[in-house]
Amino acid sequence: MTEAGEFAVATAGLTKRFKAQVAVNAIDLLVPRGSVYGFLGPNGSGKTTTIRMLLGLIRPTSGHHRLLGRAMPHNAGQVLPLVGSLVEGPAFHPYLTARANLQRLDSVDRHADPRTTKVRVDGALDRVGLLAAADKKYRAYSLGMRQRLAIAGTLLAPRELLVLDEPTNGLDPQGTREVRHLIGSLADDGATVLVSSHLLSEVEQVCTHIGVMHVGRLLTQGPIAEVRAVSEPRARVETDRPADAATVLRALGLTDVVVESGVVVGTLGALVPDKVVAALVHQGVPVTGFAVAQPSLEDLFVSLTGEGFNVSG
Amino acid sequence: MSAAELATSPAARPLRHVSTRFLRSELRLIFGRRRNQAGLGILAVVPLILAITVKVSTPRPGHGPDFLASITSNGLFVALASLSIELALFLPLAVGAIAGDSIAGEANIGTLRYLLAVPVHRTRLLAVKFAAITIFSLVATLWVSLVGVAAGLALFGGGDMTMLSGGQIGMGPAVLRVVMATVYLGLGFASLGAIGLFISTLTEQPIGATIAVVILNVMSFILDSIPQLSWLHEWLPTHWWMSFGDFFRDPVAWDGLTRGLLTAAGYALVFWLAAWARFSDKDVTG
Repeated sequence: MTEAGEFAVATAGLTKRFKAQVAVNAIDLLVPRGSVYGFLGPNGSGKTTTIRMLLGLIRPTSGHHRLLGRAMPHNAGQVLPLVGSLVEGPAFHPYLTARANLQRLDSVDRHADPRTTKVRVDGALDRVGLLAAADKKYRAYSLGMRQRLAIAGTLLAPRELLVLDEPTNGLDPQGTREVRHLIGSLADDGATVLVSSHLLSEVEQVCTHIGVMHVGRLLTQGPIAEVRAVSEPRARVETDRPADAATVLRALGLTDVVVESGVVVGTLGALVPDKVVAALVHQGVPVTGFAVAQPSLEDLFVSLTGEGFNVSG
Repeated sequence: MSAAELATSPAARPLRHVSTRFLRSELRLIFGRRRNQAGLGILAVVPLILAITVKVSTPRPGHGPDFLASITSNGLFVALASLSIELALFLPLAVGAIAGDSIAGEANIGTLRYLLAVPVHRTRLLAVKFAAITIFSLVATLWVSLVGVAAGLALFGGGDMTMLSGGQIGMGPAVLRVVMATVYLGLGFASLGAIGLFISTLTEQPIGATIAVVILNVMSFILDSIPQLSWLHEWLPTHWWMSFGDFFRDPVAWDGLTRGLLTAAGYALVFWLAAWARFSDKDVTG
């Protein structure tokens, strides 16, 4: 057993079965306090179902979980006021303004001080850049603005944990950058952030930890450097004689050598990169470019699952 | 987060045990919504039409609902005649629309999951929703009475009221009895609203829940009109509504009214508990 307060989120064997389908299969999610945890996986891999269970919206078929050290859903009344959440996209009353919608959310929170509602609502709107559009009806909001408003809803009170399900959905590249920046600043304030995404590259820059979901299972999790260390660097040779280059690489002991048009890629293993170049030149293979690259998370995902980062069935 | 906000640690947000903010927010949602304002407008049309048509023509005796013939003698009867017309469909429909929307409407647009994540305890949510339905029901019924009284007094004047039992009471007591009869009916519609709240926990389609309430209401009236089912009549949710006329006997005939109030309380309790049993551990996936 771990110390009660060490993890902001700790699940044990958390499982959800919908009729015949197992949406989430016995996952042990561990989100350390103070981390920015990237909860990654393709659409349909069970991320949202997991998040719904974390917040007590749906009941696990088996397994249990703790939020901020306290057992859920038993302690929901004490824990959830400290948790800001965005679940499966924004949802507000279409005929109310953005400001009225946030006031509505605040009014149902028994921990909220009505005397500071205006200040907090405006502060949250300001922080996501919506203050100028605060009195527009939600109906008139674009998808990106709706997403920002949902994030503003999580900022109405000081939080210890933020659970953000696909916060960059529907945002343009500029909006995506802003959300990344916001996540970083929330983490700097001391909050733990659990952010899910089906776009690996979007979140990997801000995360300290990642967990990878695939067909309801948590394939791997841990500090981002540790997870990446599992995968070995690959050498990439640009040449106009790829077939010859591939022969040389295989002779040197590189594995998984792949030949594409004008490019040969292979896993270095323990080999030192300069030896590869020297050997190629020695064999008379013209090298027009050479690089050693750490695989991207996407490559890592492919190596973990044996398939691409596509929708799980 | 500003320095001032940081100083407020999450733990420093005390729980307010008693707060009317949620209920007030519900009422603002209900009464601020265009659709519901239009509905209240339509409810007010009946007493206006009634008062005007009676003013310009004389109703033939033996036709039309109770109280209609008495309108010319006292404007207060416009309110009572309007209630007896609207209790069959218009008022139940209005309450059914609010009740059907209560949970299913939030589920439909997705705000339900955000309410629960705030967190709002599910029992509290159902309690506040039913309180709002009851208040709406009372307000809508009082609104029909108010418009009826205003139109009636304007066109026919007030004065002493001749009771159904023949005696007369003064204007003050008469108004009091109109108010009591209106509240009685409002509570009756609220019990139908409890059925609507329960149905609203079964679906994510608010319109479907509303239609179901209206069908149950009409069904209850139909069953109430079949003599062979007389053993069932006193248990029907709508059976005692017409007893509101008993407020206009001298003295007030409390027997039917008491049964009516007990029936309303019974339906409200049973269906609120059914809603709770259904909703308290339901998976919220919408």
